[in-house]
Amino acid sequence: MVKLASAEEAAQKKATRAAFGVTLAELAQEGLPVVAVDADLTGSTTTKKFADAGYADRLFNAGIAEQNMIDVAAGLSLTGQIAFTGSFAVFGTGRAYDQIRNTVCYSNLDVKIAPTHAGISVGPDGGSHQMLEDVSLMRGLPNMRVLVPADYPAAVAALKLAAKTPGPVYVRMGRASVPTIYASDVELELGKAYVLREGTDVTIVANGVEIREALAAADMLAEKGISAEVIDAFSVKPLDEDTIVASVAKTGRCVVAEEHSIYGGLCSAVAEVLARRNPAPVEFVAVQDRFGKSGEFDELLEYFGLDAASIVDAVEKVAQR
Amino acid sequence: MDQSQLQSTAAEMRRDIVRMIAEAGSGHPGGSLSCIDILTALYFGDVLNHDPADPKKADRDYFFLAKGHAAPALYATLAHAGYFPVEELMTLRKLGTRLQGHPDSNQLPGVEVSTGSLGQGLSIAAGTACGLKLQDLPGTVFTVLGDGECEEGQVWEAAMFAAHRKLGNLVAIVDHNGLQIDGNITDVCNPEDFTAKFEAFGWDVTTVDGHDIPALIKVLGEAKAAGGEKPHAIIAETVKGKGVSFMENQAGWHGKAPNAEQLEAALSELAGE
Repeated sequence: MVKLASAEEAAQKKATRAAFGVTLAELAQEGLPVVAVDADLTGSTTTKKFADAGYADRLFNAGIAEQNMIDVAAGLSLTGQIAFTGSFAVFGTGRAYDQIRNTVCYSNLDVKIAPTHAGISVGPDGGSHQMLEDVSLMRGLPNMRVLVPADYPAAVAALKLAAKTPGPVYVRMGRASVPTIYASDVELELGKAYVLREGTDVTIVANGVEIREALAAADMLAEKGISAEVIDAFSVKPLDEDTIVASVAKTGRCVVAEEHSIYGGLCSAVAEVLARRNPAPVEFVAVQDRFGKSGEFDELLEYFGLDAASIVDAVEKVAQR
Repeated sequence: MDQSQLQSTAAEMRRDIVRMIAEAGSGHPGGSLSCIDILTALYFGDVLNHDPADPKKADRDYFFLAKGHAAPALYATLAHAGYFPVEELMTLRKLGTRLQGHPDSNQLPGVEVSTGSLGQGLSIAAGTACGLKLQDLPGTVFTVLGDGECEEGQVWEAAMFAAHRKLGNLVAIVDHNGLQIDGNITDVCNPEDFTAKFEAFGWDVTTVDGHDIPALIKVLGEAKAAGGEKPHAIIAETVKGKGVSFMENQAGWHGKAPNAEQLEAALSELAGE
C-alpha cells in the first residue's frame, strides 16, 4: 500500500509546481547532474529556487523563447546532464511540440519536460493559458513517459522518478494549491497506479487535481450506499493496465476523471485499455472539446463539470448502463 | 592529410553522394554537394577532435548537421572517417538501413543527435556548448546551417542565447548556397544579410569561400583556437550542387535523385576533378 498523508499532513495545501525548484536542488545535492532550462518564468515555475539553493550555474534562462529552451536542454543532455525544462504547460509543450518530437523524443534524450500551470489551475489568465491538450500531445510521442501527480509529495516523487528514468519524461504540474493526499516521503513507481480507496460498485480512475475530487465523490457516494474504488493513474504512460482492468473486472463499470480535454489523455488511455481487455460501461469527467476561460480554479472546476458532484453524476449515469 | 589528399577525398565523397542518392531514388544532392567541402575541412583537416573508435569520448568536439537533409554528405564523411563501412552508403533510405533519410542518432555512430526538422541545430549546439562550459570540458561545438534554414525564427532565438551566454566554444557555419526549394533565398523570404545579422546579435563573423578547403581549415581552426566570449559565425560562400555542372545553382536539384544517365554524366565530371 502506498504511503498516505497523516491527518496533520493532509491539512496542508500546496501547489504541485512548488515541488519543482526544491526537488531539483535536492537531486543536485544527491549528486545527480541536473540542470534546468526555463523561459522567463523562473519565479512562477519555481526553478529560481533551484538557482537560489546554490545552483545558479545550473539554471539556464532562455528568455521568452520556448523552442530554444527545449533544444538547449537537448544539447545539455548530450553532454551528460539530466535536463529539466520549465515554462507554462501551454508554451512548454504546444509551442515547442516539434522540438520535443523531433529532437527530444526521436533522439531519445535525457530531457524532462516539466512545465507548470497546466489545465484550468491557471485560472484567471483564461483560455489562452489553460492548457488542456498537453497530456494528449505528450502521450502520442514515442519514447515519452507521462506523469500527472496529484499533490505536492506526489510531484516531488514524480520529479525524482523522472530524473532517475532514462529518456524523455513529461511531468505535469499545476498552479492551484491542493490538499495533501500522499505522505511527505512517498515514492512512486513508473507505470504503477495506486488504489487509494477500495470499493465494489464502481471504479473511478483519476489523476492530478481530480484525485481530491474523486475522493470527495467517493465520500458522497458512500452516503448514498455506493462503494467506489478510487485509483490514482498518475502514470498515464506507461499505464498500469493490470490494476485498472482488475478493478473494473470487479466493479463492472468505470468513471475516468482528469483536468484535461476529453480527447487523448487519461480518458482515452483508460478507454483504450478497457476496450481491448475488459469492455465495460465508462463515463468521462473531463473538459468537453473546448477552451478554458477566466475564473477562479474552484469556480472553474464546477463550471467545466470537473468537481466531485460531477463525478457523482457520472457514477450514477454509468450505473444505469 | 595533405592538400591533394583532401581534394581527392572531397571528390570521392561527391561521387558517393550522387551514387547513393541515385541508388536510393530520392534525396538531396544540391545541399549535400554544397557543404561537403566544409565537412572535409572539419573531419579530414585536423579541425574536429573526434575518434571513430571512441565516438563518445568526453573531450571530443561536437558536430551537428543542422540542415539534416544534407545527410548524404554527413554519411559519406562519417564512412570515410571510419565510423562505418563505406559500402553501407548504398543502403541510404532503404528499409532496415541505419542511413535514414535524415540522420538518426540512435542508429548510426558518429551522429550526435537526430536532425531533419530545420531550425533546431543551432539551439542544440548552444545547449551543448553550455554543457561543455559547465563541466569545464575543452570541446568546441560546430554546426552547419542552411542559409534557407535561417528563415526559421528559432535560429535567431539561439543566436541571441549563444551571445548572451558568451559561448566562444560554439562555431556555426552557414552554408550560403543562395537557394532553397522554392528558388533564390532572396526571392522566397530574404534572410540576408547574414554577416550584419550575426554581428548585430553579438557574434564574431568571418566569410570564407566554402569550396576552398585550405581556407576553410584556416578559418575553422582559428575560430576554434580563438574561443573567447563571442560565438563564431562563418559564412561559407558555396554553390548548390557544386561539382556537377548541371546541378550547380539549380534549385530544382535541391531534393531530386539523378537518373542513370544523369548519374553517369555526374560521375564522369567528378572523376575529372
